[in-house]
Amino acid sequence: MMIPACRLADLPRGEAHRLDIDPPVSVFHTDDGELFAIDDTCTHQDASLADGWLEGREVECPLHASKFDLRTGAVDAPPAKLPVRTHEVVVDEDGMIHVRLSTEAPNLPPCIAARLAGGPA
Amino acid sequence: MRTVAVVGASLAGLSAARSLRRQGYDGRLVVIGDELHRPYDRPPLSKEFLAGTLGEPELALETDDEDLRAEWLLGTRAVALDHAERTLRLADGRQVRADGFVIATGAAARTLPGSAGLAGVHTLRTLDDARALRDELALGGRLVVIGGGFIGAEVASTARALGLEVTVVEAAPAPLAGPLGEAMGAVVSALHADHGVALLCGVGVKGLSGERRVDAVLLEDGRTVPADVVVVGVGARPNVEWLEGSGVVLDNGVKCGADGRTSLAGVVAVGDCANWYDPRSGLHRRVEHWTGARERPDAAIAALLAGGAVAPGVPRPPYFWSDQYGVKIQFAGHAAGADSVTIEDGTPDERNVLAVYRRSGIPVAVLGMNQPRLFTRWRKHLAAPL
Ligand SMILES: Cc1cc2nc3c(=O)[nH]c(=O)nc-3n(C[C@H](O)[C@H](O)[C@H](O)COP(=O)(O)OP(=O)(O)OC[C@H]3O[C@@H](n4cnc5c(N)ncnc54)[C@H](O)[C@@H]3O)c2cc1C
Ligand code: FES
Repeated sequence: MMIPACRLADLPRGEAHRLDIDPPVSVFHTDDGELFAIDDTCTHQDASLADGWLEGREVECPLHASKFDLRTGAVDAPPAKLPVRTHEVVVDEDGMIHVRLSTEAPNLPPCIAARLAGGPA
Repeated sequence: MRTVAVVGASLAGLSAARSLRRQGYDGRLVVIGDELHRPYDRPPLSKEFLAGTLGEPELALETDDEDLRAEWLLGTRAVALDHAERTLRLADGRQVRADGFVIATGAAARTLPGSAGLAGVHTLRTLDDARALRDELALGGRLVVIGGGFIGAEVASTARALGLEVTVVEAAPAPLAGPLGEAMGAVVSALHADHGVALLCGVGVKGLSGERRVDAVLLEDGRTVPADVVVVGVGARPNVEWLEGSGVVLDNGVKCGADGRTSLAGVVAVGDCANWYDPRSGLHRRVEHWTGARERPDAAIAALLAGGAVAPGVPRPPYFWSDQYGVKIQFAGHAAGADSVTIEDGTPDERNVLAVYRRSGIPVAVLGMNQPRLFTRWRKHLAAPL
């Protein structure tokens, strides 16, 4: 599924844009001008990676400092242990950023997975 | 270097072992720990684990497919370091010879004199402590927490959510004034009252009463606070007694440089037991927080492997988090040197705050309550090169 995110012109380098879908996805614009999209929720607990510390092609979780590789979703060290999903980013000729959602199952933190397992609220 | 011994098998020791392998060390690696458990995470012990929402398997710091090619000597304590012989002596009589040593023995909870042997009195540092406390909290009743610091506040918050009646006793006029300063310490500790937890400040504890089991906490002003369970949260002291006489300079923990190197060649110290030189303030600081124990081993191992031939980088300012009553508290930097603190965003009454501490106008620390995004920006700003 392709989802429009925001205009490239509205997303400065070094910033992230969160898509409030379920589960949320974030697009990161690195200082070098690259674009990446990953699941926004840290796999450790309920933290938004868009609020994290973006450096190079890594984002550090704002709470407990596990770092996720924006290219692969891999995590460097605990407390998070599972990777996040990565999604494809496409910029159309009008300068609009779109995200093609991964079809894999997300690695949500236990607190959120439990809520989802409880069925729709 | 053919053998490296890491003493202490918790976050700092494991992070050091990982750094060794990541930085290409291929030799023998021995990790010694006095607890029987494999490395586990302590922050949940006062939070999710204590609340019963996180189990023991989730505390593990290692991943299933991880292999550090280390020899784990667990359940045995290092009792001496002989630097001339390059040997560690263990409590069970064994000896470990090594070329490099990483001291990662952490800290131990301080206790109250005269509380030993009284049932119902707990400290909280280890998994075994947390198991015992969790079992008692499950019975409900009245909890008195002695000490209004982070661990005490987290235990109070968790116990309150479990339905206990909770009182926190703090000797200082305001809790958290040390790490956060008085004004912000008051804002954060107001969370207790918001959640129906009684906070008694500016009064010391004279002792505990009870025959075999504690039944009350006696205050210095003559008051008696009835208790079914007592948690003593009065800080921690570095586990460094075993290094006395080894030649490693001790001063509020193991004294070390900005790269973790100690006074002895081939010996570095990391984590809660290490008193690192902080180039930003020009002082030595012993920082008892998770992120330092996780990150600083990278620099210490680089220094160990290079024999001190690399110039130490400037570490990021210390950072910690705490979760109390559902509020995410984050702090970075050092409040002690600040001459002003201003609230830049949020409202203290709603316990939602981003506060910046400055010294002569320059930001030296930042506090966030439920402000992860702004907090990260400020934290990045504080970490900017000197
Ligand atoms: C309940 C609790 C909650 C916390 N919550 C937070 C939080 O929310 N945020 C935060 O930033 N930090 C938190 N912390 C702090 C954080 O857990 C510590 O900073 C971190 O554990 C330090 O790691 P360390 O490896 O240096 O020391 P430790 O974790 O203390 O480990 C040292 C290990 O060495 C062992 N040892 C000691 N002496 C010897 C010896 N002679 N021989 C062999 N082994 C020995 C000890 O038994 C221990 O297993 C919390 C700590 C506790 C206890
Ligand atoms: S919530 Fe991301 S590392 Fe803990």
